[in-house]
Order: sequence, then structure tokens, then C-alpha cells
Amino acid sequence: MYAQMVTSEATNDDPAKLVAFQARIDAGEKIEPKDWMPEGYRKTLIRQIGQHAHSEIVGQLPEGNWITRAPTLERKAILLAKVQDEAGHGLYLYCAAETLGVSRDELTEALLSGKMKYSSIFNYPTLTWADMGAVGWLVDGAAIMNQVPLQRTSFGPYARAMVRICKEESFHQRQGYDIMMKMAFGTPAQKAMAQDALNRFWYPSLMMFGPSDKDSVHSAQSMAWKIKMNTNDELRQKFVDQTVPQAEYLGLTIPDPAVKWNEDKGGYDFSEPDWSEFFEVIKGNGPCNAERLEARQKAWDDGAWFRDGLMAHASKRATAKVAAE
Amino acid sequence: MTTKADLDKALFEGLCRLGDSTLVLGHRVSEWCGLAPVLEEDIALANVALDLIGQTQLWLGLAAEVEGKGRDADELAFRRDVWEFRNLLLVERPNGDFGHTLMRQFLFDAWHQPMLKALEGSGDSRIAGIAAKAGREVAYHLERSADLVIRLGDGTEESHARMQAALDRLWPYTGEMMAGDSTDAALAEAGIMAAPDSIRPVWDALVAEVLGEATLKAPESTFMHKGGKQGQHSEHLGHMLATMQWLQRAYPDATW
Amino acid sequence: MSSEWPLWEIFIRGQHGLNHRHVGSLHAPDAEMAIKHARDVYTRRNEGVSIWVVPSATITASSPSDKGPLFEPANAKVYRHPTFFDIPDEVGKM
Repeated sequence: MYAQMVTSEATNDDPAKLVAFQARIDAGEKIEPKDWMPEGYRKTLIRQIGQHAHSEIVGQLPEGNWITRAPTLERKAILLAKVQDEAGHGLYLYCAAETLGVSRDELTEALLSGKMKYSSIFNYPTLTWADMGAVGWLVDGAAIMNQVPLQRTSFGPYARAMVRICKEESFHQRQGYDIMMKMAFGTPAQKAMAQDALNRFWYPSLMMFGPSDKDSVHSAQSMAWKIKMNTNDELRQKFVDQTVPQAEYLGLTIPDPAVKWNEDKGGYDFSEPDWSEFFEVIKGNGPCNAERLEARQKAWDDGAWFRDGLMAHASKRATAKVAAE
Repeated sequence: MTTKADLDKALFEGLCRLGDSTLVLGHRVSEWCGLAPVLEEDIALANVALDLIGQTQLWLGLAAEVEGKGRDADELAFRRDVWEFRNLLLVERPNGDFGHTLMRQFLFDAWHQPMLKALEGSGDSRIAGIAAKAGREVAYHLERSADLVIRLGDGTEESHARMQAALDRLWPYTGEMMAGDSTDAALAEAGIMAAPDSIRPVWDALVAEVLGEATLKAPESTFMHKGGKQGQHSEHLGHMLATMQWLQRAYPDATW
Repeated sequence: MSSEWPLWEIFIRGQHGLNHRHVGSLHAPDAEMAIKHARDVYTRRNEGVSIWVVPSATITASSPSDKGPLFEPANAKVYRHPTFFDIPDEVGKM
């Protein structure tokens, strides 16, 4: 998922207000921007929505890497429309965060300075066209696991953004699987690329859910506030259960010999990813961390004159309008 | 007397000129995806690229049909080499900074929109149909690019300087849009496509108006590059095709 | 650090003649550009035929503590809702 290891903020508010606030959430009420909320709720949400937004924006890059090399006009159009949707999702989420009193520019600065994170998954490279399939199928598939329940999250603007995002997201995973089918049922070279993509993206996709948080106080607080709807392990299990049969249909092998149906738990057994790799990626040592942030930094710096130029023109116009009246 | 075979050959050329120009410009614009100065612009630019790719499918699809050799739009886009491309030189210019990209877009849109309007009156109903559909999309492209050129030309000192530099650099590539050759003449005579020089008055007026509002000055030089429409390109196109066509070339027996 | 583009609230009327509906927000240097951005951002899937843009800063919102007095009286006026009225079956669909 796109918000990993979001630590909840301790809250030093009036206990009576806290009880009343929790009662509203327990009753299924939505919290709106002007409502009273604990400081910890506000800060945790800014961190979570911000990280989610950053993931959408940085997430444009690995797929953007293949737009100029898409193999047909239709594939080019579909991929471009998908990456455009991700920009849109980032935009909706930044707007949701802005209702909490932080500006998009502030969030952008926090991303670029490394103060805020984005999902670990986007620090892996996309090396072949099959990766466009794997990203749609696995990465979007994992993201959807988390985004669908978030439509019911307690913070109104976040929930509404997720509704819009989920509506648009439905085509993303399908287009990814469609590419996988073409590749897996194509020439031997295409099939090999498909297997290679699955091999590289399997464990990073499992890492997207974050380490087990069944004993985490942060997660418990976020779940009580309904800004986190399921534990990481629940979502990961659900993802594996959904994905294994899909891989079988493609005739591809999950790169984990431990994957086996477990009748007792009614789900698949599987191996944990290498969490030391995950923590390195989070720290900035993934294969593409530096490139991703450099690309965002360059877009931001190179665009400054454009943003300023338009702002200057708009104020000239406003002044001229006032003078004319 | 032009024979049907000659006319079809000219028509194939004419359609490739349109389709290759939208293909190459759509590709250039898509290079910005994820890297634009602000999210709203990123999204807007992708819409323009998507429109152009869609128009490419229509123009090159019709070109393939007219050619009658069993090729399709994808084969024309991904399996021809540089010398077979018929796009305008203007659209293969590299993106440069964002201002350069927008100026290129405006100079092209200011031609594209009236050209499509003229093509709506084509004696070939297939062409008229595509032109009508594309025309609706391009009217918005022009509205947007003209507006941004005005705003940035008359923005800050820096944005003005960047837009003027872009204009100076791109200006010599504009003449080709309005310069006809024997292919254009044959198509115009048959009532199938508008003669390029018939677009000149509209283009001149529109560009003068927008540049005036933008406080930008068109260069005095009248020198114009040409050759793109006849397959003589700059070095830039080959690199673009090497990227764009790579998968199709590397795995010729694959379907995608 | 330069000044950020202001935030706008976007309202769109869809194909079916319903009221303009709030769909979200975006940043733009002025109203004209906000309309263009709204078209590109919020009508990508053919969602609308008319767009309103309003500077977010100019919106006056009811304060949450007014929630009771503002909305509860309307709650009591059940006769505003069609289900309040029993129409005999013989009358047919109404």
C-alpha cells in the first residue's frame, strides 16, 4: 500500500473531548475539516495522506519510463492515461491533506527534503515491457487492497478522495493483467520477460503492506481512529490469496517454493520478504531512490519560473481589472 | 490528367504528413509525463498527447487503408524508418524547457486548427469525418496554448525571456507548414485536402494577435527550414524513433 | 520561496441536468485557468457539461458547533419528504 509505517502522533488533548471524538468515530460519523479533532489525529492524517499522495506522484516515474517505448499506439495511449490518472490521484490526495491546514507546496518540500516518505515499491526499476504488466497487476493490485476499505475512513475529505480514486483505479489493475496475458501467452521471449517481471516484483509487492503490525501501538491507534482499516498481515494474506490463482492462470511461477494452499487457515502459506531489504529501501538505499527524488527535484526546480510567470500574469490581470472598474 | 493510382499515392503521402505530425508531436508531449512544473499541467498535457495519439490512429489507419498493402496504423508508426516519415520538422524539435514545448505547441496548433477546419470540407468523407472529430479537440489545444503563451510572455522577466528565446529558435520551422509541393497541389486540385498556403492568412493573423498580447516579437528573418514533409529530417527524429520503435523492432514476431 | 497558486473549489454539472456538484479542488493562478484545469482534471471521463470555480478562501462555511440548530429543525420537518404521505394503491404510481 502507499502509506507504510505511518507512526501515529501522541495526543495531549482534553480527555473528555477525546472520549466524545472517539464516540463519533465509533458511531460511524465522518470527521470534517472544521470539526474539533485531536492534534494527533490531524498530524497522523497529514502524514498518511501526504505519503499516499507522494506515492502517486513518484509512482508516475517507473511507468512513465515506458510511455515513450510502448509497443503500439493503443498501449501508449492506455499507459499514458493510466499515469495521468496517478497524477490526478496525487492531486485529489494533496487537496484532502490541504483541508487539514498544510499546503501542497509544504508537502512537496517535505518530500524533496526526505522528511516525508513515499511507498518503497517505486524505488524498484522497470526494466522490460512486462514490468508494465507486473506493476498494474501486482502493485496496483496491492494498492487496491488498501484503498477499497479506506473509502470508509473516518476523515471525510480522505474518504471522498478514495471513492473517486477507487472508481478510476478499477481499470489500472485490469490493464496490467491484460499486458501480463499478452506476454505470458506470447512468444518464448515474452513469456520469459513475464516470469522475470514476476520474479522481481513479487517480494517488493509483499513489502508494500509493511512489516507485521499486529503488536504496533501506532497501528492500534490508527485503527481506533478508522484511518487504518486492516492490519498489514490481513491485507498481505488477502493479496496473496488473490494473486496466486491469477499467476497459475498465466502459467507463471510465484518465486517462492513455500507458497502452498493451507486448508486449515483457508489461505495460502508463503514466505516473508527480506525485511532488511525493505528497511534499506526506506532509508534511501533502494535501486532507484536517488533517481526518483532527483527527477522530482528537477521537475520542481525547472518549473519554478513557469509557476511564477503565471502567477505574475494573473496579478497583472487582476490589477488591470480593478483599475478598469 | 491525374490517374486514380497517382491520386491514391498522393493521398497516402498527405495522410502520412498529418498522421506522422500528430504521432511525433504526441510522442514529444508524452515525454513530459510525470515531469511537468505543476500537477494540473501534467494532467492537461497528457490530455493533449492522448488526443494526438488518437488522431494518429485515425490518420495512419486511413493511410494504410488507402495504400491497400495490408499494413495498419501501428505498422506505419513502428516499422518505418526516418526517411519514410512525413512529419513537419517543427514537431520533431526536442522539448527544451516547458516554455519551448508550449511555444512549439502554439505555433503548431495555430496551423492545425484552421487546417482541420478546411479539411472538414474535404471531398473525401473519411477525411472530413476525422477532421471534424479532431477539430473539436484541437480547438481546445489552441485555446490553451495561446492562453499560456500570452500569460508567460507577459508574466515575469524570466518567463518573457524564455518565451522569446523559444520563439526565436522555433520560428524558422514554421514556414514548412504553409509551403506546398506537387503532392499538396494534386490533393488540393482534386478537392481532397486544402492547399497549405491557404492557411497562411489565418495563421499570420492569429500568431500576430497572440504574440502581440504576449509582448513577444516574431523574428525578422524570413529564412525557413523545409524537408520534413518530403522525408528529410533533423537528427532528432532518428533518436525518437529508436526509442519509440524499439520493442517492435527487437521482437518483430511478438504481439502486444 | 515564491507564492503558491491559490486553491479553488470545483463544481460540475453533469449530463443529466442536475445541480452543480462539488467534485474537489485544485490550484490555479486565476479563475480562467482554474476552469481550464478543472476541465482537464475533473472531466477526463466525460463527467460534465458546465463548470463553476470558486476561490476556496472566499467560501464561508457553517461552523460545526452550529450543526444542531442549523440542521435539526429540517430534520423535524418530515412532511418535506415524499415518504411521509400515504397514497392509496388505487391512485397508482406517484
